[in-house]
Amino acid sequence: MQPTELIIALRNKDKKAFEEIYKLYADNVYGIVFNILRNEDVSEEVTQDVFLKIWEKIDSYTEKKGRFFTWVLNIARNAAIDKTRSKGYKKSGGNLSTENFVDILEDKTNFNAKVDSIGIKKFINGLEPLCKKVIDLLFFKGYTQKEASEELEIPLGTIKTRNRICIDKLKKVLAV
Amino acid sequence: MDIKEYIESGILELYIYGSLSAKENEEVYEMLQKHPEILVEVEKIEATLDQLSAASTTKELSKLYDTIAAKIEANEQVPVRTLARKRSNLPAYIGWAASIALLVGLLSQINKNNKLREEIVSTQIKNQVLEGEISVKEENLKSAENLLSILRNKDIIEVPLNAQAVDPSAYATVYWDKEKDLAYIDVQGLPAPPPGKVYQVWSLKLQPLTPTSLGILEAYKENKNKVFTVENTNDSEAFGITLEPEGGSESPTLEMLYTLGAVES
Repeated sequence: MQPTELIIALRNKDKKAFEEIYKLYADNVYGIVFNILRNEDVSEEVTQDVFLKIWEKIDSYTEKKGRFFTWVLNIARNAAIDKTRSKGYKKSGGNLSTENFVDILEDKTNFNAKVDSIGIKKFINGLEPLCKKVIDLLFFKGYTQKEASEELEIPLGTIKTRNRICIDKLKKVLAV
Repeated sequence: MDIKEYIESGILELYIYGSLSAKENEEVYEMLQKHPEILVEVEKIEATLDQLSAASTTKELSKLYDTIAAKIEANEQVPVRTLARKRSNLPAYIGWAASIALLVGLLSQINKNNKLREEIVSTQIKNQVLEGEISVKEENLKSAENLLSILRNKDIIEVPLNAQAVDPSAYATVYWDKEKDLAYIDVQGLPAPPPGKVYQVWSLKLQPLTPTSLGILEAYKENKNKVFTVENTNDSEAFGITLEPEGGSESPTLEMLYTLGAVES
């Protein structure tokens, strides 16, 4: 859902609305950021920066540009990617290119009331390896279709439909 | 366009991801406005991705909000101060007023300065004129003193010349320095000669009456003291002054004898 009322209030620098926005998107932002950075402290720091940006840049958001959810996650991805390029950044363990969101989901116990963790786990278990990679690159890492097709060595024209099929499965598992 | 086909194309997932171009985003946005079933699909996809991304969170984040709120408060300190400054434009007005006052003051000072300069220049000119006058007066004084010292010399013979028939008010004096063979003719008491005429001074022997010209009084007007110096080597017995045509005459025109005086023996 577009939080239209909250966006309007946020433009008027309403802090209550901002807190609501935080409650709605904090887990999404952190989820995206942590998937890229793989360091809890740094991810927390970047999550703070993302919300400060949302507060400051809310006037630059228009519905024509896309969904508010998309706008927020774009800020999160860009902030996290900027962080990976910054001096002194070192993710704790692992190799970024071989990791995807799946191992995070497999590791964790449920923190978030809004998430159907059993559903997610079911989804992961039933998901094709290629689906995991496509969703990870396009959604979590912000790759373009072209970049994803090169990375996964599958034709550019099939990326969009492949991704559609993967998300469709997830949708059904979560009964959205 | 077939709505179902549009949904099946997978463009809506990419729309939610944010991996479409700005132009494609606007196209999807227009489709959303036109076709409610597309909007429904978009919201389903969004809800799915909402869960998926939120499920990737490894931490409890509710406390983090306080930190963010505190940072916003801290950042707001600056704009608040700016606003407070803006609200009171008094210092700015005072600044402008002061600048304008200063400008006006400067302009009036420049004006005054120019006037003073002009005054200085005109004063300098006056001074020069006065200095000139003073130097002329000093010169005159010198020549007068010089004259006085001559006249006071005990060896000088003073010969008053008295008025004759032509002009009963005329008079003159001859101061004769025998040693130096010079005669000083004081003609202060003579009227200014008419144009084309000059005074001529004569040394006279009385027995028989023999006039010898001592010269004409040239540049009569310019001589302010009206004391003329002429050479006199004669053994004069009397002096006379006649009015003669310009250039002087061989012998005195007795009808035009203005003054005459004998040397006391």
